[in-house]
Amino acid sequence: MNKPKINIQDLNLYYGKQHILKNINTIIPERQITVIMGPSGCGKTTLMKSLNRLTDLTPDCSVSGKIMIDGQNILNTTEDITKIRKKMGLLAQRPYPLPMSIYNNVAYGLRISGRKKRRFLDKRVEHYLRQVNLWNEVKDRLKEPAGTLSIGQQQRLCLARGLAVDPEIILADEPTSALDPISSQTIEEKFKELKNQFTIVMVTHILRQAKRIADYVIFMYLGEIIEQGPAKDFFENPQEEITKDYLKGLFY
Amino acid sequence: MDLRKIEEIFFRILMFCSTVIIAVSLIIIIFSTFYKGLPHLTWEMISKTPKGGFYFGKEGGILNAIVGSLYLSFGATILAILFGLPLALFLNVHIAHRRKLVNVVRFVMDLLWGVPSIVYGAFGFTIMVFFGIRASLLAGIITVTLFIIPIMVRGIDEVLQSVPRGLHESSLSLGSTRAETAYKVFLKQSVPGVVTAILLSFGRAIGDAASILFTTGYTDHIPTSLSQPTATLPLAIFFQLSSPIPQVRDRAYAAAAVLFIIILIISILSRFFSKRYQKNKINF
Repeated sequence: MNKPKINIQDLNLYYGKQHILKNINTIIPERQITVIMGPSGCGKTTLMKSLNRLTDLTPDCSVSGKIMIDGQNILNTTEDITKIRKKMGLLAQRPYPLPMSIYNNVAYGLRISGRKKRRFLDKRVEHYLRQVNLWNEVKDRLKEPAGTLSIGQQQRLCLARGLAVDPEIILADEPTSALDPISSQTIEEKFKELKNQFTIVMVTHILRQAKRIADYVIFMYLGEIIEQGPAKDFFENPQEEITKDYLKGLFY
Repeated sequence: MDLRKIEEIFFRILMFCSTVIIAVSLIIIIFSTFYKGLPHLTWEMISKTPKGGFYFGKEGGILNAIVGSLYLSFGATILAILFGLPLALFLNVHIAHRRKLVNVVRFVMDLLWGVPSIVYGAFGFTIMVFFGIRASLLAGIITVTLFIIPIMVRGIDEVLQSVPRGLHESSLSLGSTRAETAYKVFLKQSVPGVVTAILLSFGRAIGDAASILFTTGYTDHIPTSLSQPTATLPLAIFFQLSSPIPQVRDRAYAAAAVLFIIILIISILSRFFSKRYQKNKINF
């Protein structure tokens, strides 16, 4: 197992009085795919979103504990939150392209970090669109609104847009749940390639998908981590009863 | 016949009657305004100011009121955008997570929306007296701005509220600041609705008489500076309709027709623009 990129210690998160995450202690290894698994409502998406502090947007949300990324506690930091978020690309359950052209979607992240030269942007946009296998489909319609793409294309565009800000970590929240099988496969294969460069955290409740791509698994149930470990051990030799039942498909 | 069937028929008749009553009354209003106004809507009417006093003079037109109204409502709308748009974005982007505070602001805006415009007029008047300003275009613009800000803010706010949380998160996760999220993402996604809200406020600004009754005064001339009083279309109707001289009353009807036409143009423009800027909007 690679050295940890993210280290979470005693994380507790409340929405109002609801205790959503309970004493989370875990690590996320660098340049591997970590899959957070569990039935719906177990807090896996919340755990992922607390990594780039999108939970700040939720009313009455209070957090305690530590999330160390590269040795820095992002819950208690003087550093600009936008810098921390730039380290992490986000791929949501369904694609949320920005309300602008295909080109501008990818160029957006570069522009807001001050890279505005046209020739530089052209090159980078092409590079990232090629990286997600979208270039050939959209090269003649870069000026068209992103909303005209199909859902599968939009999700790849969102991936390209996220990669364009040059992140170290990719957060993916059930990124294939709204996609057709072929688009899902493209995304999964991309992830396997990308893990050489990026630390990938993916939330899923598709067991087979987790088996296909996970290097490290965190299994959650009702806001707690039940079991975690390298994928091989986790799938072949689960320790806890709940995990065994889940892997057998006794509940979702 | 069972009860559910009767209910179905009852509500169908109810809805049909309501639709007909409303449609017919609107048509009557439009028809009677144009019937009285259009015959007097000559080139002289819209290109000349009244001669010999607006209340007694038989010659001239209502150019002073048309120009005054446009000055007033453009001024007020621009001022209201400068304050209202940032406020609406602030509510939905910067402090969206502070639900109680946001709800208080929304409640206050709703209250202000409900305050009758004559109260704004009276308020504007006391402010004028306090600062020693005469009834003028400037005082009118300020009063009307205050009057339409709640309308504009709530209008834009409603549109911004429909921006999905996922888009907000996407923008932040790309490293945007909240201001960038507000102006580059929220605003772009909501342009059609925002334009509609702004034009709606413009319509309210140009049509209101009570808030400017004390604050802009009324004259025969086209104002040449902000500190001069000015005529407006609603007050042109109000003052001239009570005149004993038929030609002056005709000017009031013409003013009503002009007001109607301006509102009509605004509505058509708002449709046109919201269609046009729809292009980049993502349909989630």
